[in-house]
Amino acid sequence: MSNTPSELKYASSHEWARLEEDGTVTVGITHHAQDSLGDVVFVELPEVGAEYGAGEEAAVVESVKAASDIYAPVSGEVVAVNDALEESPETVNEYPYSDGWFFRLKPSDVSELDNLLSNDDYDAQCEG
Amino acid sequence: MSDSNLQRTALYQLHIDLGAKMVPFAGYEMPVQYPLGVKKEHLHTREAAGLFDVSHMGQIRLQGENIARELEKILPQDVLGLAEGRQRYGLMLNEQGGIRDDLMFANRGDDFLLVVNAACKNDDAAWLREHLPSSIQVELQNDRALLALQGPKARAVLSKLAPTTAAMRFMDTGFISVAGIDCWLSCSGYTGEDGYEISVASADAEKLAKALLAEPEVEAIGLGARDSLRLEAGLCLYGHDMDQSRSPIEAGLLWAIQKCRRPGGEREGGYIGASVIAQQLQDGVAEKRVLLDVEGRAPVREHSAIVNADGERVGEVCSGGFGPSTGGPLAMAYIACSAMEQQTLFAELRGKKIPVAVRSGSFVPQRYYRG
Repeated sequence: MSNTPSELKYASSHEWARLEEDGTVTVGITHHAQDSLGDVVFVELPEVGAEYGAGEEAAVVESVKAASDIYAPVSGEVVAVNDALEESPETVNEYPYSDGWFFRLKPSDVSELDNLLSNDDYDAQCEG
Repeated sequence: MSDSNLQRTALYQLHIDLGAKMVPFAGYEMPVQYPLGVKKEHLHTREAAGLFDVSHMGQIRLQGENIARELEKILPQDVLGLAEGRQRYGLMLNEQGGIRDDLMFANRGDDFLLVVNAACKNDDAAWLREHLPSSIQVELQNDRALLALQGPKARAVLSKLAPTTAAMRFMDTGFISVAGIDCWLSCSGYTGEDGYEISVASADAEKLAKALLAEPEVEAIGLGARDSLRLEAGLCLYGHDMDQSRSPIEAGLLWAIQKCRRPGGEREGGYIGASVIAQQLQDGVAEKRVLLDVEGRAPVREHSAIVNADGERVGEVCSGGFGPSTGGPLAMAYIACSAMEQQTLFAELRGKKIPVAVRSGSFVPQRYYRG
């Protein structure tokens, strides 16, 4: 039985996206992604105000093993970043779907969320 | 993906049973981490005791007459001065003074045992056969496993299973029974901590590993933590921090060539690569391996460029990562000696320049037991 939250949408590159009530989209990485990366030791976050297209590199996560790019799952402007990760990057491992979020986007086209995967489709991809 | 050519150590099934993540390494399927994870495995080894399977490494036994004298004709180390029951760090050089491999060699009285890197072991055995007289037998012991027990509690743990190990000092060796199993031990390792490396018949390896893991202080530790532990301790990894193109002088390993083998010493030169080493000692070298303090938290990785304040490339990171014990990035690099006098150096990381500074000591103190 999967614990991948059903209320989120997923990119095949292992980011999750959550549409907030204020219309912004919060982005993080999945449980599967943090588990594959291993212990996260550093997160390089984007600048507030930066704009990204869907699928563009927006952040970097460094684990004990290697560096991995984090892609914006939808296009938009960064309106907030999770500064707490600078001091406590291990939060990404501990709470990937809540306190371990990376950044929040003001989406340029909210319908792009429909291009992302459901939890079931994402789980199927990870198993495949 | 074909893993069919990969070899397995005698502890393969135990790794699987312990839930290890297996990766290809030097031709073997090896555990990179267990469910504990790299960071906790690292910290556990620094606080208690970690058990490592290093059976992929080569154990080469030399038997015959005058082994020490013959080894001095190829190795730059003081071999004749190595007492029975003692071990020493050594280097095999090519004719250009480059490092073919690094090794441990032990005088066991009736024979010598050399422990060499996994990726080099077949070449090393062939090189030894080529350069040693035929009166010395060179045997790569593929029927033996090698375990390392490392950490501040390693001594207390092993003393329960083998009381005589309590008195062993750094680089002491001996044939000792551990939990009733015949072993050969050296008091040494690759973590900077006190501990032991234990050679055992492959058939007995799992029994020995289980006896050690049954002690509450001991956790199984994978190759991931082995790498961060050795980097914090400032220890070189062959193929990254040294190779055939780097001499011991460039690699900062002159300490491993004892004074009696250097120019002016009583048994100077006479080993493979000696003329280049003598020349470099006289003229100096252009680049040297150094440890780097890295500003901030972002790890700089192998092959990152080192640049000066003008942006000119003056070196390259050879090992880089994150130190769970230091809580920050760790790096070793080869840097032009001329650039090291400048105040400011930087590592290039994703288009940014991260300030770095050459540091003199290892990132964590080495804690060997010297009696």
